[in-house]
Amino acid sequence: MTDILAARTQMAMSLAFHIAFAVVGMGMPLLMVISEGLYLKTKDELYLTLTKRWAKGTAIMFAVGAVSGTVLSFELGLLWPKFMEHAGPVIGMPFSLEGFAFFLEAIFLGIYLYGWDRVSPKWHWFSGIMVFISGTMSGVFVVAANAWMNTPTGFKYVNGKFTQIDPWAAMFNPAAFSQCLHMTLAAFVTIGFSVAAIHAYMLLRQPANLFHRHALKLSLWVGGVTLVLQLISGDISAKHVGKYQPAKLAAMEGQWHTEKGAPLRIGGIVDEKNEVTKWAIELPYVLSFLAFNDFKAEVRGLKSFPKRDRPPVAIVHYAFQIMVGAGMWMLLVAMIGGWLAWRRKKLPLDRWYLWMLVSAGPMGLIAIEAGWTVTEVGRQPWIIYHIMRTADAVTPMPGLIVPLLGFTLLYIFLAIVVITLLRNQVFQSPDILVPAEESVDTDSADQTTEKDA
Amino acid sequence: MSIELFLGFVMVVSLAVYSLTAGADFGGGVWDLLASGPRAQAQRDLIKRVIAPIWEANHVWLIVVVVVMFVAFPKAYATISTFLHIPLTLMLVGIVLRGSAFVFRSYDDTSDEAQRRWSRIFSIASAVTPVMLGMTLAAVASGSIPTNALKTPGKLDFFSVYMAPWLGLFPLAVGGFILTIFAYVAAVYLTLETDDDALREDFRKKAIRSGIGVGVFAWLCLGLAFRDAPLLANGLRKQWWSIPFQLIIATISIGALIALFQRKYKMARVLAVFQVGGIVMGWGLAQVPYVVVPALTLKQAAAPASVLWPVAITLVLGSCLLLPSFWYLYSIFQHKQSH
Repeated sequence: MTDILAARTQMAMSLAFHIAFAVVGMGMPLLMVISEGLYLKTKDELYLTLTKRWAKGTAIMFAVGAVSGTVLSFELGLLWPKFMEHAGPVIGMPFSLEGFAFFLEAIFLGIYLYGWDRVSPKWHWFSGIMVFISGTMSGVFVVAANAWMNTPTGFKYVNGKFTQIDPWAAMFNPAAFSQCLHMTLAAFVTIGFSVAAIHAYMLLRQPANLFHRHALKLSLWVGGVTLVLQLISGDISAKHVGKYQPAKLAAMEGQWHTEKGAPLRIGGIVDEKNEVTKWAIELPYVLSFLAFNDFKAEVRGLKSFPKRDRPPVAIVHYAFQIMVGAGMWMLLVAMIGGWLAWRRKKLPLDRWYLWMLVSAGPMGLIAIEAGWTVTEVGRQPWIIYHIMRTADAVTPMPGLIVPLLGFTLLYIFLAIVVITLLRNQVFQSPDILVPAEESVDTDSADQTTEKDA
Repeated sequence: MSIELFLGFVMVVSLAVYSLTAGADFGGGVWDLLASGPRAQAQRDLIKRVIAPIWEANHVWLIVVVVVMFVAFPKAYATISTFLHIPLTLMLVGIVLRGSAFVFRSYDDTSDEAQRRWSRIFSIASAVTPVMLGMTLAAVASGSIPTNALKTPGKLDFFSVYMAPWLGLFPLAVGGFILTIFAYVAAVYLTLETDDDALREDFRKKAIRSGIGVGVFAWLCLGLAFRDAPLLANGLRKQWWSIPFQLIIATISIGALIALFQRKYKMARVLAVFQVGGIVMGWGLAQVPYVVVPALTLKQAAAPASVLWPVAITLVLGSCLLLPSFWYLYSIFQHKQSH
């Protein structure tokens, strides 16, 4: 393995690992704030229990997220010193603001997790809101910095040097809005659906558990609403990529020829050697419309870019298919659930539907990982689009395979431990059963289990 | 004061605060490792209770140092992270294992075996991380980084470029110095975190021992600096302020030990804070005007002024929100003495 490939793999692995925890830091506070708010309003102890249970899981995830995020802030320099030497000052503003946001998040999370009997209930709730705001903002700032790598602005590039740097223009680069919106919503969708999946799974085991019913309802609401918004955000992102990053769009779609009225390709096999995408389902004119709002618009193909400026096509195309596919599966599950709930005026708890919810659980994270693969690999061979190549930014230190292996083993170990601990947490959940008089008119879920038994 | 100097000052102050807050958390890990006697478990429980709500916030001071460095002094960040890749990576592994093991211990089952396993990882990582931090700082200050090596590739072998700068007697001594400092502040703080007299007495003894250790390491590092880090040693000796400054720190250090002997714990804590804060600040002052000795001065490593000013203003404005919040966190979890 070459050093550059080792460096890229280590960076990708570190980001992929960290993002799972970062998403929890963005999404879980929202669920906890809503649930604790419901407790303050209704005084129903169940919501308090729910908030505290969620807080326990969040504590584990947040700690691992904090330390793996620290690794990233060093790895930027350890692996890409030449990139940071030049780009560090330009994207310093979002990174500085991220520092503050993360700091506030850590402070108020400390109060939130350990201050239950040390501050008043209102202040406790307020701390939760601070965690939610600062956690989300810290994600937004980091993504804004990443967006700059896709659409670098706020400087003049003369003779290999960045001059006349305007940190604010760099932060508000063209890709910042669409990327930040898409990622923030993705975090809420992911948390909504994966939390819903956990509680759906527990309801399959204990159908009458009121605790899990409340949790399911709340998380599904958050996941469902943000998923609808995510559709709009996806459209904004597509149009942005079409306008600013044509090579990435072409790779996402496996579009080799420049074409007016280009089709949307679903699936298919990318043959990079012969420069064709085979066996895809092609929806004529749809790509031109989605990317440019015009069925006849011209979409640039990969062949119009010199070979050395093309991103790896197959990975980007497949990752994009996975992202969209995962999103569509969640959408289907949400629509069925929404329809059933609307028809029956209550949460559908049929076993088959609970299984569907379980199946949608991992989809959010899968979509996020695939989506980041699209945006990061799709930017290659550039680390700063059209300014600096990734190969020119890598550290001169040889033997990068060693830290790659070390961090891979470390992260596999941590992942196993985290999953084990979270599983234990879930299975220790409280038995708050549906009151006897209510259970008479409960739905098929209970009856099915009785039959099963 | 120039804007570069101001931002350098922000970095050193953040490092000092990191030593006084997160440093004590690492020190707590060290005392977890060394816990012994009839109250070993009680010592561990106290450490755990005290650092649980605050360690993540404390940890962010290091992120502040790193971010200010790569935004304001990008050349220094690139140089340090290139040549000191290995100790920094080891430090990161320590940071990851320390934080993860700490939280895993809290949420894993309460069986002795599980608790002991996480305790061991937590405490060993707590001891290794400060040593790596110290070795990195020592390499940066000593002038041993061969910054010209990359201009003529192949002239120097892997060992002399990537290992020798931090694998020496001076970096090792500084690593031990930082470790002892962290253990010392932890022990001093812990005397005020319990109402149990026996437990307090345990940490008082630890504080006195490690306080003496800090003094020994301080002299050792100073002595080695004359040989291995001449520019730093000059800063510690030849500036108009250097000798008076060191006399003041020495007096405060002795005062802290006397306060510990007399069981004046609050006084000891105040003095220890000034002592350790002073050591870090003094180090920073002695290194001025260099960020990386001797290759990069603050001015040479700095980003353009169009970046430095907005960043400085953001830091000042952000602190207005951050510092009260940080203070609030501490005030909530401060231990209230029952007598």
